Amino acid sequence: MQETVTGGQAAAGPVLLQACDLSFGRDDIPLFSDLQLSLPQGQILLIEGDNGSGKTTLLRLLCGLLEPWAGEIRWRGRDVRTCYPDYLQSLCYIGHGNGVKHGLTARENLAVARALSGVVGRPDLAGILQRFGLDRHADAPAQSLSAGQRRRLALARLLLGGKRLWILDEPLTALDATGRTMLKTVFNEHLAQGGTVIMTSHDPFSLEGAPLVRMRLR
Amino acid sequence: MNGQTSAWYAFSALLRRDLVLGLRYLADLTNPLLLFLIVITLFPLSLGPDKEVLRSFAPAIIWVAAVLASSLSLDAVFRSDYEDGCLEQILLSPYPAVLLAGAKILAHWLLSGAPLILFALLAGVFLYLPEAAIMPLVLTLLLGTPVLSLVGAVAGALTVGLRGSALLQSLIILPLYMPLLIFATAAVNHALAGHSIAGELYFLGAMLALALTLAPFAVASSLRIRLG
Repeated sequence: MQETVTGGQAAAGPVLLQACDLSFGRDDIPLFSDLQLSLPQGQILLIEGDNGSGKTTLLRLLCGLLEPWAGEIRWRGRDVRTCYPDYLQSLCYIGHGNGVKHGLTARENLAVARALSGVVGRPDLAGILQRFGLDRHADAPAQSLSAGQRRRLALARLLLGGKRLWILDEPLTALDATGRTMLKTVFNEHLAQGGTVIMTSHDPFSLEGAPLVRMRLR
Repeated sequence: MNGQTSAWYAFSALLRRDLVLGLRYLADLTNPLLLFLIVITLFPLSLGPDKEVLRSFAPAIIWVAAVLASSLSLDAVFRSDYEDGCLEQILLSPYPAVLLAGAKILAHWLLSGAPLILFALLAGVFLYLPEAAIMPLVLTLLLGTPVLSLVGAVAGALTVGLRGSALLQSLIILPLYMPLLIFATAAVNHALAGHSIAGELYFLGAMLALALTLAPFAVASSLRIRLG
C-alpha cells in the first residue's frame, strides 16, 4: 500500500530524520512498503490516515520500538541502529499512553521524566507547569486531574528541553481550545529553534508560520 | 552533569519513584506479606501445637510461604508501567535499559523481599525455630529473596500485557525457584541439626551472582520484545 506526500511548503534546512525504503506489517500482511520520508530541521510532518492505516505503527518504528522488516531510519545521516543512544538523547516521544503515574503529583511526574530523559541542566519545572496551565495542580496527585490535564502534563515533557525531534501520537486528544493554541505556540517556538515535529491527528490540523508537510497513509 | 552521573541520577529517580508509589499504594505491598503470615499461621492449626513437629517443619513452611508471597507480587512489577505508557518512556530513555530494569527490580526487592525477612523472623518465633537456626534462616533469605525478585522480574517482563499473565508467570518461575527452595531449606535444616551450612550458602550466593548478572539483561530484552 503506497503513500503520498501532499501540500505544504518544504523547509530548506539540513535533513535531520530520514526513512529509506521502510517496510513493515503485522502477521505477514504488509502495512506499508518502500516508504520514504525526509524531515529537514524546522519542519513539521503531519501523518494522516484512516483508523488502522498504520500511523501509530509508523511512529513506533521511527522511535525504534519496532524493528522494520526492511529499510533503515537515519538520524543526521547515520543509521539509528548504530547510534541509538545518541538518537534517543534527541528524541521525545509521547504516545497514546500519557506515561503519567496516577499516584504521583504533577511535579513529581515531571521530575521523573526529566531524570529519565537525560536533559542536561535543570529546567524550571514550576515554569513549565505554569505554561501548561497546571501550576495550581502541581502538588495534586495525577489521579485527581482530568483527562485533558493529564494530556497537558504528558505534553509538558516537551518543554524539558534538549530534544530536537518530537514524535507525538495524537497530541491533540482531550485538549481543549486553549490547550491546542498553546501547543501550537510551543510547536512554533521549537521549529524556529531548528527542531522538528512528527505527529498524527484525527482532527484537522494546521499551523501558521511554519512549514507543514502532510503525509497520507493508505 | 556528565553521562555517567546522570545515568545514576535516572536510576535513583526511577528507584525513588517506585518506592514512593509502593508506599502510597500500601495494599499492593501488604497483600503478599499478609498471605505469607496467613500461610504460616495455618500450619500450626493443621499440624497441631507439638513444638518438635513445628520446629522440624519450620524451614520448609517459611520458605514455601516466602516463595508463594513473592510470586503473588510479581504481576504488579511492570503491569502498571505497561498500561499507562511509562514503560515506553523508560525504554526510550537514552540510558541503558539494563540499568533502569535494575532500578525496578531493586525497588521490588526493597518493597517485597526485604520486609519478608522481617516477617520471617516473626514466623520463626511462631514455629518455635530455635535461636541457632534464626541466623541461618535470615542469611538464606538475604541471599534468596533477591533471586526471587530477579528471576520473577524476568517472568513479569515476559508476560506483561498478556491475558492470564499471572498463571503464565507461575508456570515460568516455579521451576526456576526450585533449586533455590531446595538449597535454602537444606541450609536451615542443617543448621537445626548442628551441621555446617557453608556449602548451601555458597550455592545460594552463586545463584544470586548468576541472577544479578543475567536477569537485568533478560528483563530489558523481554520488555523490548513485549513492546514490539
